[in-house]
Amino acid sequence: MDYEIVIGLEIHTELKTHSKIFCGCSTKFGSEQNTNVCPVCLGLPGVLPVINEKVVEFAVRVGLALNCEILPFSKFDRKNYYYPDLPKNFQTSQYDLPIAVNGHLDIVVDGQTKRIGITRVHMEEDAGKLVHSGNTINDSDSALVDYNRTGVPLLEIVSEPDMSSPEEARAYLEKVKAILEYLDVSDCKMEEGSLRCDANISLRPRGVKKLGTKAEIKNLNSFRSVQRGLEYEAARQEEVLDEGGRIIQETRTWDENKGISLSMRSKEQLDDYRFLPEPDLVPVIVDPAKVEEIRTNLPELPDARKQRLMDSYGLSEYDASVITTSKAMADYLDQGVECKADAKAVANWLMGEVSKHLNNDGISILACPVAPKQLAQLIALIEKGTISSKIAKTVFEEMWTSRKDAEVIVKEKGLVQISDSSEIIGIVDAVIAANPQSVADFNAGKEKAIGFLVGQIMKQTKGRANPDMVNSLLRERMTSN
Amino acid sequence: MELFKYTAAQLHQKLVSKEISATELTQNVLARMDAVENDVKSYITETRDSALAQAKAVDTKISQGQDISVLAGVPGALKDNMCTKGVTTTCASQILANFVPPYDATVVEKLRAEDAVVVGKANMDEFAMGGSTENSSFFPTHNPWDLSTVPGGSSGGSAAAVAAGEAIWALGSDTGGSIRQPASYCGLVGMKPTYGRVSRYGLVAYASSLDQIGPITRDVTDCAHVLNSICGYDAKDSTSINAGVPDYTKSLVNNIKGLKIGLPREYFASGMDPEVERAINKAIEQLVALGAEYKEISMPHTEYALSAYYMLAPAEASSNLARYDGVSFGQRVEGSDIVDMYKKTRSEFLGAEVKRRIMLGTYALSAGYHDAYYLKALKVRTLVKQDFDKAFENLDVIITPTAPTTAFKIGEKTNDPLAMYLQDVCTIPVNLAGVPAVSIPCGFAGGMPIGLQIIAKPLGEETLIRTAYTFEQNNDYHKGFAPLGGVK
Repeated sequence: MDYEIVIGLEIHTELKTHSKIFCGCSTKFGSEQNTNVCPVCLGLPGVLPVINEKVVEFAVRVGLALNCEILPFSKFDRKNYYYPDLPKNFQTSQYDLPIAVNGHLDIVVDGQTKRIGITRVHMEEDAGKLVHSGNTINDSDSALVDYNRTGVPLLEIVSEPDMSSPEEARAYLEKVKAILEYLDVSDCKMEEGSLRCDANISLRPRGVKKLGTKAEIKNLNSFRSVQRGLEYEAARQEEVLDEGGRIIQETRTWDENKGISLSMRSKEQLDDYRFLPEPDLVPVIVDPAKVEEIRTNLPELPDARKQRLMDSYGLSEYDASVITTSKAMADYLDQGVECKADAKAVANWLMGEVSKHLNNDGISILACPVAPKQLAQLIALIEKGTISSKIAKTVFEEMWTSRKDAEVIVKEKGLVQISDSSEIIGIVDAVIAANPQSVADFNAGKEKAIGFLVGQIMKQTKGRANPDMVNSLLRERMTSN
Repeated sequence: MELFKYTAAQLHQKLVSKEISATELTQNVLARMDAVENDVKSYITETRDSALAQAKAVDTKISQGQDISVLAGVPGALKDNMCTKGVTTTCASQILANFVPPYDATVVEKLRAEDAVVVGKANMDEFAMGGSTENSSFFPTHNPWDLSTVPGGSSGGSAAAVAAGEAIWALGSDTGGSIRQPASYCGLVGMKPTYGRVSRYGLVAYASSLDQIGPITRDVTDCAHVLNSICGYDAKDSTSINAGVPDYTKSLVNNIKGLKIGLPREYFASGMDPEVERAINKAIEQLVALGAEYKEISMPHTEYALSAYYMLAPAEASSNLARYDGVSFGQRVEGSDIVDMYKKTRSEFLGAEVKRRIMLGTYALSAGYHDAYYLKALKVRTLVKQDFDKAFENLDVIITPTAPTTAFKIGEKTNDPLAMYLQDVCTIPVNLAGVPAVSIPCGFAGGMPIGLQIIAKPLGEETLIRTAYTFEQNNDYHKGFAPLGGVK
């Protein structure tokens, strides 16, 4: 049967405030275990939470950027469940009155723009981290708890079930990540857990309105996992349905290494969270004037930036969209342009050599050893004809490892392009004289033969001869002979 | 000299006039503890050494001619649900029998800043759940007026200590009457301030939206002094009121001319001891004679308050007490896995009444019952509060008995939770409404003290002090000292 896939995502993002959501402890990642803790985040008897106002501000920022309505009156609630990484055995979260509701954002997949609804954005505290004695929970006979992460502020962004393919889910997650980065509210490092994603997915026969039974997929720790995990689950559900089976409402965990998902627990076994308004916190009242102030001060967001890159720099929609997916990448582009480089040239380098090298080294653009100004200088050398674009790649390699400026490398290695025709003519003539057969072939109409001759000249000049000049001089000398 | 029989204000005079030293005073109270503690059993933990050190520091200040606060050098007791850095804080529960807080509650910090001397952590009903202090997992406390009776609860240890001379003043906490009812049973002044007037930071939570710390003292003057020390906004407690604190001793005025008193008929329902009712009526007559105006009023939602309370308080408690799981502090029983450890730890170390309320609250919050119980109780709470708002449109204070009877016998109600709960019927609506109320002695029945409850509008503590002080100045119920009679 032909099924329609229905996907909704729950994204958790850690906010990069200096202190935790309800106490003054540091949120620093990677500190020694149980050092960023105090009686409040340890949930000791008698302690009380106090809301970090920066968290509310960040939440409003995110809500506005996701086109949400900011509720002037929202509140915190306790979500009660027992787990050893949760010292109070309840999580302070927002239940029926979250800070932001009814938003949306647009994604582009295969050239098609689609609007994805955002149900809500709410604030909550993160839990601690269990460190098991064995490799997995099942082969461990004990566990220790690291409470450093306990109370780190989280935003949960819940989408409507508006996505109909794993690609759309991935595009949506990438878009949300880009927006969070542009807003400068989260590090969005999926590998460190500062951006996490759970997906709800169900199938229904195409044309049918009623939603099918869904499964929740957890442990999707990368964009690749999101797409693969959902592809796997869609295929699994299709198989079950085609065989006349019934989908069980359950939580499944994705195993990226094995490429499969496994059932964790069925919904029937799930805890009843017994939500309770948090009596230790007062309601969050957001002043509409403050909301407007935050709205006015929102930075340029990915869509606006993409449009600007197309309008001002003449980039294609595809290029603009690839580059603006990463704020740091787009910043790099803007900085390159500020150094008088041609935007399209910078964009090509970014999507080509720069990305290739970043991927090889497994680093982010923020750690790029070649600064935007240096790349601009390299591009200028090409434009001036000082070096060929082929040599430029060699120079770039060298810049990457030595961090030297392009000009220095070109000078040190004598890579300046030979554009002096008198110098080139001598070599051209010598190559023609040494290869009569190729010349004859060319003159007999074998256009390809010129390639060999060009190669010979480049070999002799170590690639420094201006290729256009070589080409035209060769033709000139051969026909005149 | 029986220094332990004086009030804090009187002792302060003796200290500043150098008639006595703080060390002498503290030693005097410690000696009294030696003499009577075995009979009364007020304390879970005694802090004799630090008390003497604090007293010595005050003596140094006095000898250097420094100004000292009224509570400086005057020994008091803290209910054992207020966190004290380095001193075990048990909430009278086995599960916290080994819990030593790494921090001080805000009230404790404030008292330390005033150089108050703390001689011990007072017994209570486990996690403040109860009205007799019989729910302490360690031992019951005895009423100094008759050792065969309860001191009330849950702040029974605090009240008994003050009544027996084992402390000059004490702090209690009041969620449904836990300061006022023991003050009433022990012939003392006990005030529950407006919700948010005193910081709850460091008070181990029972029901967060109802809990409030307050003083238990021998007279209204001391009540005003202790209030001065503990009230005020605290950035660590989001629910604390950000408003200036008046000097409550300015309200120690013997004048209630024109005071408008309301007497809600719903508080004189069945189950009330006729002698208590007589004493209250006599007190009203007296207040009228002193210049107050009085009228009967109706607070129609009163009868639902007790039921609403026993949904809301346990609901919050079920969540507040979830952290006692044996994982990172408190006592633990090992189990085969984490769930087994949770079950064994909580089964072993939480008492019957605590378990009862956790179950009640868990049930009230469960999916499918949440709206019928918890949400409905919240609505009742709003209606009860509206009763008060409406009454206070035309009144200054509302007067009721503090409890329907005087102190009952130890063991008398332990097998009947409902009868025990009914002791709080007059005090609970006050917590639901968040308004302040004070219990003061207004007579005796069969030799046991009777308490009069005066209730005011939010932040009306000054009105309470003035009314209570005027009544006190025209009577001498507060002057008698508990005889430590009866058979334990």
